[in-house]
Amino acid sequence: MLSIKNLHASIGGKEILKGINLEVKAGEVHAIMGPNGSGKSTLSAVLAGRPDYEVTEGEVIFNGKNLLELSPEDRAREGVFLAFQYPIEIPGVSNVNFLKTAINEIRAYKGLGPMEAKDFLAMLKEKQKLVELDVKLANRSVNEGFSGGEKKRNEIFQMAMLEPKLAILDETDSGLDIDALRVVANGVNKLKSKENSTIVITHYQRLLDYIIPDVVHILYNGKIVKSGPKELALELEERGYDFIKAEAQL
Amino acid sequence: MDHHIEPVGICAKAFDAKLNMETITQKNTLKDKVSSEFESSKKSLFGNTLLREQAMESFYKQGIPSRKHEEYKYLNIDLILKGDFSLALNKSLDRKQIEHLEILNDAYLIIIENGIFIEGLSKVQDLPKGLIICSLAKASKDHSSVFEKQYAQNADVNADAFIALNTAMAKDGVFVHVQKNTIIEKPIHIIHVSTAIQNSIINPRNLIVVESNAQVKIIESYETVDSTAKVFNNALTEIVIEESAIVDHYKIQDENNLGYLINTTQIIQKGKSVCTTHTFTLSGSLVRNNLNIVLDDESIESNLNGLYLTNENQIIDNHTLVDHRKPKCNSNELYKGIIDGKSTATFNGKIFVRKDAQKTNAFQSNKNILLSDDGTINTKPQLEIYADDVKCSHGTSTGKLDEDKVFYLRARGLSETSAKKLLMHAFASEVIDAIKIDALRDYVEEKISKRFE
Repeated sequence: MLSIKNLHASIGGKEILKGINLEVKAGEVHAIMGPNGSGKSTLSAVLAGRPDYEVTEGEVIFNGKNLLELSPEDRAREGVFLAFQYPIEIPGVSNVNFLKTAINEIRAYKGLGPMEAKDFLAMLKEKQKLVELDVKLANRSVNEGFSGGEKKRNEIFQMAMLEPKLAILDETDSGLDIDALRVVANGVNKLKSKENSTIVITHYQRLLDYIIPDVVHILYNGKIVKSGPKELALELEERGYDFIKAEAQL
Repeated sequence: MDHHIEPVGICAKAFDAKLNMETITQKNTLKDKVSSEFESSKKSLFGNTLLREQAMESFYKQGIPSRKHEEYKYLNIDLILKGDFSLALNKSLDRKQIEHLEILNDAYLIIIENGIFIEGLSKVQDLPKGLIICSLAKASKDHSSVFEKQYAQNADVNADAFIALNTAMAKDGVFVHVQKNTIIEKPIHIIHVSTAIQNSIINPRNLIVVESNAQVKIIESYETVDSTAKVFNNALTEIVIEESAIVDHYKIQDENNLGYLINTTQIIQKGKSVCTTHTFTLSGSLVRNNLNIVLDDESIESNLNGLYLTNENQIIDNHTLVDHRKPKCNSNELYKGIIDGKSTATFNGKIFVRKDAQKTNAFQSNKNILLSDDGTINTKPQLEIYADDVKCSHGTSTGKLDEDKVFYLRARGLSETSAKKLLMHAFASEVIDAIKIDALRDYVEEKISKRFE
C-alpha cells in the first residue's frame, strides 16, 4: 500500500528526514516511536503534503501512485488521512458542512455524484456513535472551543466519515487522559479492516496497549534505526530512548 | 477606563501629490455647471430655498474635497470627476427592468430612479395605518409639519461638502414616516437605480422618521440598470429615531463598475431606542460611506455592522462616527473586509464620548483579510473620550488567509479554492448572520458566494 524509499526532507533549509525506508501493507498497523525532535511529525506532514516541507530525495509510492506529486487534497482523495497532532480551530465553519463538502469533493474526484442528504445524515449519526462524539459538538464550528480530548475525538470522527485507506495518527494520544485514550483507540480499532492500514506515531508506549501494532519502528535523528514486533515498544518503555541513542552512535 | 488596543495593521500607499492641470479646469467647469444649474432651478425645487442657498454657500466654501483633506485622504475624488458630467436626469425604467432587483417577495417597495421617486413602479398603494410613504417633494407640502421639523436638521451642511451639495441640489427622494406605536412588520425596500445614459451627478435624498415606540426594517439597495455612463451618486438618508423605537437599517451596495457612490447616512437616536445598521458593499467602482450616528439621549443602543468585498481597482471607504452625547448608552461596531486585486479599502471609525456621556459602553472592531499583494487596507480607529467612567475598546487586524486552516481543509480533500471559499465565508458569516430578514440574508449569502468563485 505504502512504500517509502530513502526519503529526505527539510524545512527552512534544515534537513529533518535523512533517508526513511518504510513498507506498509494493506491491513497492517505500524507504530513509529521516537524521542522529541526525531522527525516523527515531519514524516506525517510530508506524507500529507504540508507545503512548508521540501522533499530533497527519495520517493513515496501509495497504491501505485507517486504520492509526492499529488496536491494535499488529491492525497486525501486517494485515501490518505492525517489525524493532526494539533487540530486547527476554524470558527464559522460548521463540522457538518465541512464534512459534507469534503465527502462530496472526494466523491467527485472518483467520478461519483454528491451523497444523498439522508445517507449523509445516517452516516453522520452512525459514526458519531462510534467515536462517542457529542451531537452538539458535531454541529459546532470545526474544533472551536473544543477541549484537547474533544479535538482528538473529532479527528477520529472525521477519519470515520472519510473512510481512508491509510490513516496516520500523529501523536493522537498526547494530552489525552486514559478514558479519552480508550475512546479514541476503540474508534480506531473499529475502523480497522483488511483493506486499510494505520500508522500510529507516538512518543509513549501506552497507546499501543490499545491499538496493537504489527510492527514497531524507532525513528531517531531522521532515520528508522530499529524495527521489530510489538514487544519492541515495551522494551523501549522499559529502557528509555537512551539505549537507542547509544546504539545509534555505535 | 478600560482602553484596550490591539495591534494595528496599517499600510498606506504613497500617492502622487502632483495635481493635474486638466482636473483643475474640469473641477472649475463642474463648479460653474453646478452653480448655474442651482441658480436656474432652486426656486422650483422642493422645500426651503433659503436652506438650499445656505447649503450651496457652504459647498462653495468647502469645495470638492481633495486628498489633502484629512477625511478624504484615501479617496481620489478627482478620479470620479474626470470627464464631463451632466446634472440632467433621465427617466426610462419600466417594471420588467427592476423585477430582478426585488430581493423580497413581500415588502413595501420604493423605486428611486436617478434620485427621483417613481410612484408608478413602487408598491406603496396599500399602506397600513401609521405609515406614510411619499416623495419628498410631496411631503414638503402635504406633511409640512413633520417635514419642516425634521428635514435637513441633523445632516450638518458645514460638516461635509457632500452633505452641503446634496442639501442644495436634491431634486427628490422618499419620505417615510412611521407614526407613534406603529409596528411595520413588512420590510420597506428602497431601491436606488441608476440608469444614466450620459455621465451624470445625482443627489438622491431620503428622510425617514420613526416616532416613539414604533418599529421598522428598512433596506436601501443601490443598483445600476442599463447604465452606460458614469454616475456620481451623492446620496443622503436622514433617519430620526424617537424614544423607544426600534429600527433596522440595511444598505446593499451593488452598482456596476461605472457607479461612484458617496452615501451619507445621518442617524439621530432618542432615549431607549435601538438602531442596528448593516452596510454591505459588494461592488461599485468607488464607494464612500459616511455613517454618522448621534446618541442624543440616555439608554440608547446602536449596532453598526459592515462587510466590504473589494476587487480589481475598486475603492471602498467606510467612515463611521458614533457620537455618545448622553449617559448609559451602548454602541457596538463590527466591520469586516476582504480585499483582493489592486483595490483599496479604508475603514475610519470615530467614537466620541462626550463629557456628559458617563457609563458609556462603546466597542469597535475592524478585521480584514488581504488576498492579494497589490491590495491596500487603511484602517484607523479614532476614539475621543471626555468622560471618565466609560468602557471603550477598539481593535483592528489585517492578515492573509490562515495557511494552516487552508492546509487542514485540503488535507480532508477540499480543493484549495473551496477551502479558501469556505474560510472567507466563515470570516464574513459573523456580519451576514446579523441580518434579521431571512430572504435578505439568503440574497446576500448568494451574492457573496458568487463573489468568491
